Amino acid sequence: MALIDLANPTRFLTLAGRLLPWLVAATLACFAVGLYMAFFVAPDDYQQGATVKIMFIHVPAAWLAMFAYSTMTLSALGTLVWKHPLADVSAKAAAPIGAAFTFISLLTGSLWGKPMWGTYWVWDARLTSVLVLFIMYLGLIALWRTIEDPIRAGKAAAILTLVGAVNLPIIKFSVDWWNTLHQPASVIRLDGPTIHPTILWPLLVMALAFTLFFLVVHVMAMRNEILRRRVRTLQMRAAQIQPAAAAAQAAE
Amino acid sequence: MSGPKQGWIAALFVKEFRLSVRVGGGALIGVLFFLAVVTVIPFGVGPDLNLLARIGPAVLWIGALLATLLGLDRLFQADRDDGSLDLILMSGRPLELVVLLKCLSHWAGTGLPLVIAAPVLAIFLNLEPVAMGAVTLTLLVGTPALTLVGAIGAALTVSLRRGGLLLAVLVVPIAIPVLIFGVSAADAAVTDPTPFLTPFLFLCALTLISAVVGPVAAAAALRHASD
Repeated sequence: MALIDLANPTRFLTLAGRLLPWLVAATLACFAVGLYMAFFVAPDDYQQGATVKIMFIHVPAAWLAMFAYSTMTLSALGTLVWKHPLADVSAKAAAPIGAAFTFISLLTGSLWGKPMWGTYWVWDARLTSVLVLFIMYLGLIALWRTIEDPIRAGKAAAILTLVGAVNLPIIKFSVDWWNTLHQPASVIRLDGPTIHPTILWPLLVMALAFTLFFLVVHVMAMRNEILRRRVRTLQMRAAQIQPAAAAAQAAE
Repeated sequence: MSGPKQGWIAALFVKEFRLSVRVGGGALIGVLFFLAVVTVIPFGVGPDLNLLARIGPAVLWIGALLATLLGLDRLFQADRDDGSLDLILMSGRPLELVVLLKCLSHWAGTGLPLVIAAPVLAIFLNLEPVAMGAVTLTLLVGTPALTLVGAIGAALTVSLRRGGLLLAVLVVPIAIPVLIFGVSAADAAVTDPTPFLTPFLFLCALTLISAVVGPVAAAAALRHASD
């Protein structure tokens, strides 16, 4: 099925209804396996003790924070270049989810930082750029809420999303460009991961679980947004009819 | 400027410059706000002259950022109110170039006075002559980037009533790199071992990048806001 076939919201809704149960089942299975591996298979760190488990939430959340923004960037291109009708629905649905993942990664990071670094927060390049990502998410959500017409709001947000996408490579490479407190990349690097398989595998399963969870929530949010727009259209039509009926009554 | 091709560029620049100097209390309001921000800082952090000298460049940069943010809503709002924005959109001129011109004249009317006022305000903050020169130079190079990046926010919020606060929220994340490199260049000029040129060239690069990205994105936003 081509992407353009999904331009019809009704067709998208049927597909979403058929896919969602499978996605939910896969998400639950991945979380069960991932959490079991994280808590019972992965060993405690010889220095950090049990606090190392925070990483199994922190790292996937941070990845998903960037993944959600990448989704929004692609959707923004879909809105502006191909004028795909569901692209701005997808972008709007992804924004709060991405903001939540960004918040989770900031929160877990600072909880881990207190015992390890001795402080909840430092103004290091990675932390600062992720905080900028969080503010950008909130600004985009505010822009969507401020402009009433959903189509116009979608276009405005798409332009801002594309401008803000500059931040993604900055976040990714901030630990390499600036010598900072946050440790450099240890999973996605050219010469292969540098962490031990007993920790790497639970981490990858958790990342898969988080990605599936994102997909589930994203499709659900898109479905809600489509229905919300239908309700809005119906309400506007009703509002158009009512004054006409009232005027006809007054004339009698 | 001569010839029919350049004629409209000069005419638009002069018109926009006059408006940005006169509209909304004039260009001096921005400078007054700048003065107010710098005056408030010693009350907040205490009148310790050594401390003020250390944070002085940052204070001047933040003051300039805030003053620029406050003036941004005038960039397209007045044009939309009196209908000249629609005329500009329909004129068939390249909209990106028009936006760039408007930004330049807006900066000449509101940003340049801030740069000129910076050395005077630096005296309040006990800055040495070297630091004073460095801050003024970085502001001269960096404030156009703030205006150009801010044009994106101004264009996105042009159709909104009371969009000023939202505009600031949208622009601040994009303006943070300019602030980082501006302040670090100004600081590097005072503290010896760190090189001044590296962050300064980054700042120049940011201004050049925003001279491309700002007008293109703002023009796209204006086109979508009108239809």
